[in-house]
Amino acid sequence: MANDTQLDLWEVFIQSRAGNHHIHAGSVHASDRQMALQNARDIYTRRNEGSSIWVVPAKYVTASNPDDADMFFDPANDKIYRHPTFYVMPEGAKQI
Amino acid sequence: MFPTATETSFQEKVDQDLNIEPKDHMPENYRLHLIRQISQHAHSEVIGMQPEGNWITRAPSLRAKQILLAKIQDEGGHGLYLYSAAETLGISREEMIEQLHSGKAKYSNIFNYPSLTWADIGAIGWLVDGAAIVNQVSLQRTSYGPYARAMVRICKEESFHQRQGYEIMAKMMKGIPAQREMAQDAMNRWWWPALMMFGPHDSDSPHSGNAFKWKIKRKSNDELRQRFIDKTVPQAELIGLAIPDKDLKWNEAKQGYDHGEINWAEFKQVISGNGPCNKQRMAHHVKYHEEGAWVREAGAAYSKQIQENK
Ligand SMILES: [Fe+2]
Ligand SMILES: [Fe+2]
Repeated sequence: MANDTQLDLWEVFIQSRAGNHHIHAGSVHASDRQMALQNARDIYTRRNEGSSIWVVPAKYVTASNPDDADMFFDPANDKIYRHPTFYVMPEGAKQI
Repeated sequence: MFPTATETSFQEKVDQDLNIEPKDHMPENYRLHLIRQISQHAHSEVIGMQPEGNWITRAPSLRAKQILLAKIQDEGGHGLYLYSAAETLGISREEMIEQLHSGKAKYSNIFNYPSLTWADIGAIGWLVDGAAIVNQVSLQRTSYGPYARAMVRICKEESFHQRQGYEIMAKMMKGIPAQREMAQDAMNRWWWPALMMFGPHDSDSPHSGNAFKWKIKRKSNDELRQRFIDKTVPQAELIGLAIPDKDLKWNEAKQGYDHGEINWAEFKQVISGNGPCNKQRMAHHVKYHEEGAWVREAGAAYSKQIQENK
């Protein structure tokens, strides 16, 4: 049988409406960006789920390694002064 | 045998109801179990388009035709969500299709029954999608992230499927005697196969241990089947359809229906390839997969061309 290509894998990001973030919705197979966009529209927005779509070839996505997650996200753990709740406000202070 | 450190952290996550994601450590058997289950689920969505596709050109009105087309298109989409979820476990789409064609991978037995009349389209939407929904709702909390997310999406779309089927049945039950007979006949033929969709009784499914431990499965076959029966019987009664089970009766103590014996001999016959439509379903899929090869090849050639011209 001929080479049974299923084309390349693309990741799909959908913005539900203007102003919102594009959120990962899933993936599609396509040979080029136009086909990827059309497939993403047909597969992930059949009920007005989106007002904008990004498609990205899956091979260009670099992901962090779950094994390194502790180390990788560690710098954020001990910096509680980045949170507003860290600060002591004088009694009676309002709207701050 | 003692569990290794990574197995422990995997099981800890599962026990805490944290989802497992594609790059996380997982036992090899968890991965294989999921590939088998998700690909079978994907194939079912796709093969399930055939019995319904059989009625597109003969739908009784333009409205009915549009609805049926949209429903079938959804099923194709469901297949794609699920193939994508399975691909994150390291199996390619090519391999999955090859396994379907070689018979190594299965699809839901229910689609080996024929859709003989328009009422079957009603019965499929109402009973077959209805049974699938009960299973899929519980799978929304399955432990593998991509599978769970696909299920959430699918469940949102399924409720229209079941309602359009029930609407067809309700309309026919309000029609002339011949229509009511047709609806009852479809009910008689689809009821038992729909109950079989949930799989063997809990006492006869020895392999479910790990599926529960790993939280791939959240509810047992019998629990899900019971849920389906309890919600479907009153729907049938409301529109005047009889359940083709003389042993079906309300059990006050368990607050649910007791049902008659399921014909597992038939189930085994159909699953082992001797159902009314097994050969037809597979031949159809192989034919159109092969006839579509030139489209995929053209796509690949075009992609190569635009990359070279960059
Ligand atoms: Fe579906
Ligand atoms: Fe459906």
